[in-house]
Amino acid sequence: MDWLNQLNPTQQFVIFSAVKALVAVVVLLSIVAYTVLAERKICAAIQDRIGPNRAGPWGLLQPAADAIKAFLKEDFIPAHVRKVYFWLAPALAMTPALLTIAVIPFGSQLGAQKMVIADLNVGVLYTFGIVSLGVYGIVLAGYAANSKYPFLGGIRASAQMISYEIAMGLSVIPVFLLVGSLNLSRVIEYQAGGLFDWLVFKQPLAFAIFVAAAFAETNRLPFDLPEAEQELAGGYNVEYSAIKFAMFFLGEYANMVAASALMVTLFLGGWTLPWAGLNQPAATLAGGLAHVGIFLAKVLGVLVVFIWVRWMWPRFRYDQLMDLGWKRLLPLALANVLFTATFLWARA
Amino acid sequence: MDAQLAQYIPVLILLVLAGAVSGGMLLLAHWLGKAGRRTAAKDMAYECGMVPVGGGSTRLAVKFYLVAMLFILFDIEVVFLYPWAVVFRELLREAATANLIFWAMVSFLGVLFAGYLYAWRKGALDWHEPRRAGSPAAPNRSR
Repeated sequence: MDWLNQLNPTQQFVIFSAVKALVAVVVLLSIVAYTVLAERKICAAIQDRIGPNRAGPWGLLQPAADAIKAFLKEDFIPAHVRKVYFWLAPALAMTPALLTIAVIPFGSQLGAQKMVIADLNVGVLYTFGIVSLGVYGIVLAGYAANSKYPFLGGIRASAQMISYEIAMGLSVIPVFLLVGSLNLSRVIEYQAGGLFDWLVFKQPLAFAIFVAAAFAETNRLPFDLPEAEQELAGGYNVEYSAIKFAMFFLGEYANMVAASALMVTLFLGGWTLPWAGLNQPAATLAGGLAHVGIFLAKVLGVLVVFIWVRWMWPRFRYDQLMDLGWKRLLPLALANVLFTATFLWARA
Repeated sequence: MDAQLAQYIPVLILLVLAGAVSGGMLLLAHWLGKAGRRTAAKDMAYECGMVPVGGGSTRLAVKFYLVAMLFILFDIEVVFLYPWAVVFRELLREAATANLIFWAMVSFLGVLFAGYLYAWRKGALDWHEPRRAGSPAAPNRSR
């Protein structure tokens, strides 16, 4: 490791950033692959079936089998589609999903390295900005297909995602009123004091609105109207096949993982646990790894809830979806902002 | 390069990586994928097995445009709230600015809320047209 110490700080920074980004993307994609398997297994258990069990022990190689299948299938492009957008849409659906994780601290530190890819001072604003880009992939997919059902699915998706973005953006403002910074590392520091410093206990209403909006933003049941199979024959991705089809799902699951990670960071204490000194930045390598483990465990826990909800709840009707977003969550979130601000002002 | 910009270098690296993953997947599948025959039925738009009627792009409800406009209005106002939220506690500590920062934002939220109520009263937030007194339960759309 001598050559590492001989580099100047900028070069070291770039190399460490690249390593962290590479590891984060690999881990994220593996989590995505196995979340799909977990979803199928949990769904099977809920519906009293066995689920995939042919590929490898307990079906553990199923993600690999699916990937090989998706790559080897015919990459068919129907004659009636708009070709450039047809190619662009899957990439645009997937890239932002991978980018959202940049600012989320997935551990305290390993050695001298902070376990976050980019410790931006604008923190959560970056995440919301990138999350909004995800809608382009879906709308473009609907437009590119040049066919009725995908078009409807794409339009529905854009209206749904922009509606819930407002509720999502408003719901977290009380969090930043309390923390006084948009940087996500600061948010975790704020929650490090003890279990009841976790913002889920200080801002339960904000958490509830954020969870509902996160489900809608990731197009998950009970808000999966963009791909309502019974009405739209599958929605914006009907005309896609092979890996392009799979990429929309990878993007959706990556968004789900990112939303879970954001939820854990903003409300559930991030990589901290209030016991055994795990709420302080790690001094040892083992402590650093423990923090990464805690963070991943929390994220996986939230992911299981995502999957569980999907198989337990019926789908909303479109007007109910719009009503919930605009007439319930938005005023509630506004009231929560006002209430929190008034509380802080009265106490000062 | 100043420190403010330097913290975006990792984001740039991640962008390159994410683009490479997406682009790589697209190209790999294009090269590896088995090429099949092109038939007229395969090129048809998928509408649950029915022969498609009419063109690909349908007319869509104007309500979607209304949602988009409302989104722009409210999202801009939400963005204004972020800087306020960040400096709020800091300014509360000083007696000179405590009341100013609080009431400034209360009045802003008040204006925002008034606009919101106006949009609601005008029916902009209703996905279905509001039913007026005396109109039939199911509006007759054939006329």
